[in-house]
Amino acid sequence: MENLIPADDFCTYYKVEYSFINSLEEYGLIELIRTEKTKFIDINKLHDLEKLVRLHYDLDINLEGIEAITHLLQRVEDMQQEIILLRNKLSLYEQTL
Amino acid sequence: MEYVDYYKTLGVNKTASAEDIKNAYRKLARKHHPDLNPNDKEANKKFQQINEANEVLSDPANRKKYDEHGKDWKHADEINKQRQQQRHYSNQGAQGFAGGEGDDAFSDFFASMFGGGDRGGRGRQAKYRGQDYNAELHLNLSEAYKTHQQTLDVNGKKIRITIPAGVENGQVIKLNGHGAPGTNGGPNGDLFITFAINNDTRFKRLKNDLYANADLDLYTAVLGGEITIDTLSGKVKLKVKPETQNDVKIKLKGKGFPVYKKEGEFGDLFITYSIKMPVNLTDRQKELFTELSKS
Repeated sequence: MENLIPADDFCTYYKVEYSFINSLEEYGLIELIRTEKTKFIDINKLHDLEKLVRLHYDLDINLEGIEAITHLLQRVEDMQQEIILLRNKLSLYEQTL
Repeated sequence: MEYVDYYKTLGVNKTASAEDIKNAYRKLARKHHPDLNPNDKEANKKFQQINEANEVLSDPANRKKYDEHGKDWKHADEINKQRQQQRHYSNQGAQGFAGGEGDDAFSDFFASMFGGGDRGGRGRQAKYRGQDYNAELHLNLSEAYKTHQQTLDVNGKKIRITIPAGVENGQVIKLNGHGAPGTNGGPNGDLFITFAINNDTRFKRLKNDLYANADLDLYTAVLGGEITIDTLSGKVKLKVKPETQNDVKIKLKGKGFPVYKKEGEFGDLFITYSIKMPVNLTDRQKELFTELSKS
């Protein structure tokens, strides 16, 4: 339990509606951990959740937009990783020349 | 301090309404927000400029001061007070406003106000997480081979970090809470460190595997034998099979690079043999080679 934050506490702290957190879960954008009465957020996912809050409240992006952006950002991240790998591979061959 | 045209930054004219400014800010923020431009320093910088402009122009009182005093808008109250004093006591030779704070005060002011990079139009005193910092750490490949500690200077603050063996060139690690302080009691941002690894060894690295060449004399290649090669973990004796061909590649299991955060696990080392032909042969040696060629 020490790595879990009650969803209520998160909403109070960040001044966001509880329904927003629920909607994010419905869209499959976050995963909430349930006990009998309470929903929790994994502390390791806090950074991602904060990002979703910023996209919605600071940039006025609706949930459909957030969903699309999340997929695209994942692709960007994957491609950035691939670029690093390819650069490292390339340098391997450049050293040979 | 350089004058920054906040209207130009937001792409609006001086007669823009509050709604125009809000819309322009939102539009630009959606384009340059760090969350939407991961690892893009230019976008991050641009976003800070947009934020700075919005913070001034979206507040009617600040906007009025900025319109009247330009770059000195922050000292508007002091300037006005000074002007009033000049009007009343001009015959007493009152001096003009001297500035008081250096140019840096301007940046510091905004650094503290805009630390978040993630505050925005919610219009309430919410707690905001501090801005994430990005830094690049240069390491030699031989250093990345071992877990070691380094002290980093992040905005004047010394941070001692442990770098696990096996970090890769371009790899990013996150240090929680070492970014900019949060606002209104919000949590600190994080520090992201990107490793730039310089190869100071004769080995070539690809992920956890290492590659190197080893010279082999003709006689050992033909007859077989034993050679000693250097690895990153020390010298290793290698048995060479008879009739070994040029460019043959052999694998030394577990003699490669450490696997990141997997203690005791290593990649492999691939050695490519490069057979060296004998030179400056004596007549007798040439005779023997001739005999050999006819046998």
